[in-house]
Amino acid sequence: MSDTPITYVRDTMLPQQAPPTSEVGPVRWARENLFSSPMNAILTILSLYIVYTVISHVGPWLINGIWDADSLSECREIIAAKGDGHHSAACFGVITARWHQLVFGYYPSELYWRPVLALLVFFVGIAPVLFPSLPRKLFIVSMVAPFLCFWLLWGGSIWLPISIALGFGVGVVAFKLLSVSVSSLVAIIGAILLPLIYWLYLSGPLAAGLASIVPLGIEFVPSRSFGGFMLSIVIGLSAIVISLPLGILLALGRQSDLFIIKTCAVVFIEVIRGVPLIVWLFTAQLLLNYFLPPGSNFDLTLRVIIMVTLFASAYIAEVVRGGLAALPKGQYEGGDSLGLNYWQSMQLIILPQALKISIPGIVNTFIGLFKDTTLVVFIGLFDPLGIASAIRATTEWNGIYWELFLFIGIMFFISCFSMGRYSLYLEKKLQREHR
Amino acid sequence: MKKTVFFGALTVAGLTAGMASAATLDDVKARGSLNCGVTTGLVGFAAPDAEGVWEGFDVGVCRAVAAAIFGDPTAVEFVPTTGQTRFTALASGEIDLLARNTTWTMSRDVDLKFEFVGVNYYDGQGFLVPKALGVTSAKELDGATVCIQTGTTTELNLADFFRVNDISYEPVPIETNAEGQQQYLAGACDVYTTDASGLAATRATFENPADHVLLPEIISKEPLGPLVRHGDNEWGDIARWTLNALITAEELGVTSENIEELAATPGNNPEVNRLLGTEGELGAQLGLDADWAKNAIAAGGNYGELFDNNIGENTSIGLARGLNAQWTDGGLIYSPPFR
Repeated sequence: MSDTPITYVRDTMLPQQAPPTSEVGPVRWARENLFSSPMNAILTILSLYIVYTVISHVGPWLINGIWDADSLSECREIIAAKGDGHHSAACFGVITARWHQLVFGYYPSELYWRPVLALLVFFVGIAPVLFPSLPRKLFIVSMVAPFLCFWLLWGGSIWLPISIALGFGVGVVAFKLLSVSVSSLVAIIGAILLPLIYWLYLSGPLAAGLASIVPLGIEFVPSRSFGGFMLSIVIGLSAIVISLPLGILLALGRQSDLFIIKTCAVVFIEVIRGVPLIVWLFTAQLLLNYFLPPGSNFDLTLRVIIMVTLFASAYIAEVVRGGLAALPKGQYEGGDSLGLNYWQSMQLIILPQALKISIPGIVNTFIGLFKDTTLVVFIGLFDPLGIASAIRATTEWNGIYWELFLFIGIMFFISCFSMGRYSLYLEKKLQREHR
Repeated sequence: MKKTVFFGALTVAGLTAGMASAATLDDVKARGSLNCGVTTGLVGFAAPDAEGVWEGFDVGVCRAVAAAIFGDPTAVEFVPTTGQTRFTALASGEIDLLARNTTWTMSRDVDLKFEFVGVNYYDGQGFLVPKALGVTSAKELDGATVCIQTGTTTELNLADFFRVNDISYEPVPIETNAEGQQQYLAGACDVYTTDASGLAATRATFENPADHVLLPEIISKEPLGPLVRHGDNEWGDIARWTLNALITAEELGVTSENIEELAATPGNNPEVNRLLGTEGELGAQLGLDADWAKNAIAAGGNYGELFDNNIGENTSIGLARGLNAQWTDGGLIYSPPFR
């Protein structure tokens, strides 16, 4: 020990000091992320300038937008009357005046509740598929929904969708009876052929007969009145709903060991996928007319839905095939070793895994498909873009562009973004590896 | 076996198609409405309004034909067609009449097997320039940049015109009229060229239309008219003479206002009487009622009224009659006599 007195011993802790301002909060964040090097500083300033320029131009245009004008010239008068240099202002009057056409096309305005109700029915019907936590009984709604939607949208006699629905009943009954009494192959063939025969020859007279006995129906709306987002949604959703099962079947067909099935699937996929969608649409619009007898008048919207569905199913098939190929061979062999038959092993082991892998690809295809519905503008159907140009063709609104495109863009963004979000939710929920 | 069935079906389809086209009027009457092909939207010529009701100069022709057949100008199904689908739609029987500002050319008439029933608008390619450019004639456009729709006859006409006049230009290719309008206003080109009616309609939408002028030169002939399929002359006659009735009505001073009065009793002018069915039996010759032309004219007015209400000088499009004036006023609109 030393004699030297200890001159200083700290007996209290120093109070904690705030870190230097350059090391905390927004300043640090900005230094690290925006100004970490001279190059980044320049880029940051440049980006800020660009953002500022865009906002300073678009902002006033949006905020000063005129919502209550009946024509472009009236809109311009209002802007001019405002004076004080408000030279540019959006003319949203066109949306106020024509939003119902952009959304419903030329559907009779007193019947707007029908497509809205159809959309609600669709969502209730699809809910048990999308969210497994819902009660399974809702699947009854899912089975009724397509026919109910069809009837709500087009109207007419209620017996037509009922007689078409009966065809599926015929198929199920045929399959059950034949698979018990004969063999499963005959049952499958019967379950496909019998409903087809029924639809071709029996369902029409049956519906007509029932309608003459009990005339029950709502006002018929021809497809030509369909337009705007309603048309996009009708085409897009029907194609999405039908193309997924069709695509899965095609993907399985392509992997099949049976030569004929495999060849059919490969040829179908390659032919449909190898030709642009617009060509198929022109085929639906123009070529089919020459083959069908002139009186038959097969509905154009229906033709387009079929073509878009086939097109999407070819893409889905390839996406699903990617999922199937990603599974290790052991999974297939595991299914076999458990003594499961083909459909059981597919249903219980292979497809759940393959589809999970394919979700981003499938949703990607669906989003692309939904946006591709705007291509029908080229065959004279009034999708939102077609409606926009029809609106522009009236003397009141000739010369208006951005406001319409902005509205259409926002509507499409909302639809596609929500589909993307749902896919992310599904992926997270199905993630088994890291639980 | 499958092949035979296929070819059999094809033959049947072909035969029925042939048979159907032989009696278009019967088909139309059985259907209860006329299927009329129009554009998907062209200012002044055809466009649906806020209630979805089609209006326009070409639409007027459709309504007149429907009125001539059914006495009801609303008995029309308007089938919107694009530049690509219009001819197939007509050839395949999806539409009975195409009134879609279609230029009457030899190859369309002969090679595509259509029958143009007349001309309802004489158009031609013109030039739109900013007044600030100080140009008064298209021949002064040496070295100008020109906005031009690709793949159209306007492109070829333009090349011809500049070659003939030995001056040069620089093309700015555009795809649609909307794009052309934007490019022109943004100053990407000095001159915008397309059909003069289209230019006038485009100019009408500008914020300051007075700052732009249409040059006097019209460098091509674009006679626009309604057309029908080859092979059913009776049907073609109905369309042709309905159009002629509208034209004759203007010439004779029959308007939608005085038509009821004129048609009530035979007047002193025998041609008016024959036109309105109070004398003679011209309607029966077409297989229509005696008052067919009266109904057609009452539908939307005579040719002049249709013109004035849809594209004339009182509308925002503001087209002058010009070539489309009656022959008595120095124009080309001329109908053979009703006799």
